[in-house]
Amino acid sequence: MALNTKEDTKMEFKVVGTRVARPDGIDKVTGRARFGADMSAPGMLVGRVLRSPHAHARIVSLDTSAAQALDGVHAVVTRADFPDLDLDPMLADIRDNCMAGAKALYDGHAVAAVAATSAAVARQALSLIKVEYEVLPHVIDVDEAFAPDAPALHEGRADESVPEGMSPNVMARYSFGRGDVEAGLEKADRVVRRTYCTAATHQGYIEPHACLAQMGPDGQADLWCCTQGQYMVRDTCAAILGLRQGQLRVTASEIGGGFGGKTTVFLEPVALALARKAGRPVKMVMSRQEVLRATGPTASSSIDVAIGMTKDGRITAGFAELRYQGGAYPGSPVALGSMSAFAPYDLEHVRTIGWDVVTNRPKSAAYRAPGAPMAAFAVESAIDELSRDFGLDPLEVRLKNAAREGTRSAYGATYPAIGLEATLRTAHTHPHWAAPLGENQGRGVACGFWFNFGGNTCVSLNIASDGTVNVTEGNPDIGGSRASMSMMAAEELGIPYEQVRTVIADTASLGLNEVTDGSRVTFAVGLATIEAARAAKREMCRRVAKLWGIDEEAVVWKDGAVHPAGPNAGKHDPMTLAEIAAIAPNTGGPIAGHFEVNAEGAGVSFATHMVDVEVDPETGATKVLRYTVFQDAGKAVHPSYVEGQFQGGAAQGIGWALNEEYIYGDDGVLQNPGFLDYRIPVASDLPMIDTVILEIPNPGHPYGVRGVGETSIVPPLAAVANAVSAAAGVRMTDLPMSPPKVLGAMQTK
Amino acid sequence: MSKIHVTTTVNGDAQEFLCEADETLLDVLRDRLGLTGAKEGCGTGDCGACSVTVDGRLVCSCLMLGAEAEGREVETIEGMADGEKLHPLQRRFIDMAALQCGICTPGILVAAKSLLERNPDPTEEEVRYWLAGNLCRCTGYDKIIRAVLETAAEMREAS
Repeated sequence: MALNTKEDTKMEFKVVGTRVARPDGIDKVTGRARFGADMSAPGMLVGRVLRSPHAHARIVSLDTSAAQALDGVHAVVTRADFPDLDLDPMLADIRDNCMAGAKALYDGHAVAAVAATSAAVARQALSLIKVEYEVLPHVIDVDEAFAPDAPALHEGRADESVPEGMSPNVMARYSFGRGDVEAGLEKADRVVRRTYCTAATHQGYIEPHACLAQMGPDGQADLWCCTQGQYMVRDTCAAILGLRQGQLRVTASEIGGGFGGKTTVFLEPVALALARKAGRPVKMVMSRQEVLRATGPTASSSIDVAIGMTKDGRITAGFAELRYQGGAYPGSPVALGSMSAFAPYDLEHVRTIGWDVVTNRPKSAAYRAPGAPMAAFAVESAIDELSRDFGLDPLEVRLKNAAREGTRSAYGATYPAIGLEATLRTAHTHPHWAAPLGENQGRGVACGFWFNFGGNTCVSLNIASDGTVNVTEGNPDIGGSRASMSMMAAEELGIPYEQVRTVIADTASLGLNEVTDGSRVTFAVGLATIEAARAAKREMCRRVAKLWGIDEEAVVWKDGAVHPAGPNAGKHDPMTLAEIAAIAPNTGGPIAGHFEVNAEGAGVSFATHMVDVEVDPETGATKVLRYTVFQDAGKAVHPSYVEGQFQGGAAQGIGWALNEEYIYGDDGVLQNPGFLDYRIPVASDLPMIDTVILEIPNPGHPYGVRGVGETSIVPPLAAVANAVSAAAGVRMTDLPMSPPKVLGAMQTK
Repeated sequence: MSKIHVTTTVNGDAQEFLCEADETLLDVLRDRLGLTGAKEGCGTGDCGACSVTVDGRLVCSCLMLGAEAEGREVETIEGMADGEKLHPLQRRFIDMAALQCGICTPGILVAAKSLLERNPDPTEEEVRYWLAGNLCRCTGYDKIIRAVLETAAEMREAS
């Protein structure tokens, strides 16, 4: 169901907004699509990684001689094989995360790697590497790591924002907001103060990390890998290994899910180092256990919230202090959490303080709307509690406080046209809101916000002599974006969708394209595709005008052809794109359009989610009965894939709310590194997930498009918690709401 | 180490291969026969991305040894379409946007086909429980379940 909420939508669309078949569809339903692990090369070796069994340990000695001597082993690398280059701290952390230096900082941290003729030989070689560890005290929990006497991972790494005397694990402090929170809270009829906790969760992409590297003695290298950004891989690997960017060509495979987790490197520099040393191609594929132990989950969090409300539902002040642990290196998404926590509301007095904390866990990576779901869980839970205490409608309370066009957000930006109110009003009139609930059932709602990004983007559009069109772009297609680019190109050129084919280029074929993240692709690559098409149209108009012997201003592009414009243009039969393409060699050569931009104007995004659950009073188990997503898409280019983003985000959020968590033993070792025990939602856990697409055009995009991929994971933690709290009759403040936790809360209420 | 000689049928074609005793059927399919449609998502039988059928029975090929394929008939995603003609499930999955990244899709299609062969008229709940061993992280399953149910209806009408 798509609703047009604004009358003055700029364009009538012919292709955009339809539900065409995706160009990679047949490859993906027949098994032909080639993902990270599906590529081979002649003479290829198998690479494997030796990982620390300890949460925190000094590497006293490392002896690889026996492994090196094993028949079939062609290379062994350790940290000694990574040149000590003068890297900036963030890149040095990535290098150290790929291959440990003096210390192993978490269970699963890479300490050595081998390349051998078979997996069996590689495994045997790993067992021959002798590592002497001095085990050090470790810390896993964010609040324990925050304590001043906690075991320290790094000394002297704290940012200047961190006051003296704090835990050495506190890396940075962030603060956002305005007004006088204490004065605001005093005006409230009631103040809720609570602490909320969320467990670390993994993106859970089904495709483990995989790559195939080769490098010649001339320094020219090729890398095939599953990644959200081939340019990021190129630039990061080049920096770590001391290569020139232009000498390393990275090709992105089809990608089997990423959700932010493939926006950095883990295996790639190691595979290149092995290939360099062995002089042969090296393929590396992670096991699921390695993915969970050694790639980035998102942060766990502990958040103190104070929100004041008048009895008629006006929020007088909001405060949140957020502590996120981002694993063994600085860079948890706490700044984004602190910025987004109160973003949906128009508040006079608001303040958030964020603390970035390190622990002996894998280095966190981005996970869909990084940092925002936990913050929204805390704030939306507190708003729900206040609404219920006052007997107010939680949707009306949110409407009363909702940010709208012109509102200055809690993090500083002033909003242009936004869709929050539209999602709330639509939710309020939706049949789901009025549906009756049974015994042990509860309904929850929550709002969510995401910034959306634009960024560096480069697109090339080439027209073949038969009038077919190729769009060449540089962002891995993670959920149908090639279809969207072809649709926007077809729309702009006025030709059928089937006449356009979009391909994803390697790093040597286009200029920089930032990672597929920040919900940026349909917005920024779409914008660049439209502009590249416009450039090609201008060129075709110029050539036809010359052919007709008239001014460029006297022709116009309409419905896929150049037409004479106005009375002075003379009488000419329109020339179609295909006709112009056919004679291109005689009018100046091939016809192409390009566009390069560091895109701004991504347009923020809001959603409201509504969920019904039933809690079993005997077991504490929660069943999700009904779920509806209301979200602003700006303009839904391919509505099915927009719905898919809404549904997928909701499902991941449900998993985060109910099941998923990293569980550690007292020894700091991860206890559940597999899909059996790290249980993501399966088909029988979920109901259908209904979606309502709102279309409030983004003024920053020619067709009004906003990114949609990330916002959908922001509200569900809180929406599900509010529903479970209603059903169980007790406020749930600790995720995941696993059955024992819910049962315990019900028994002690 | 001496290898084991195996004679088997894969997607109707007679196949012979040599494999190690500890090699899984999935490894054999991917690394020895070049059939990379079955994916390894976990290697422990939890994700279903490696689903194939052996003598008509749905299995996780990561949990079966390659040597156990001796004398059996193995069907993989590569054998699902009839030449250029897609299986109705494959067509519906494209038409109904039942895939996003596509890594789980081969396993889900093999599993869904196996369901419809046993039960041409499944309820939504039956589809959800049959596919509970096939993890998808992108879609929230909604469009997958709908595509399977609609294909079942289409195939019932056609038969």
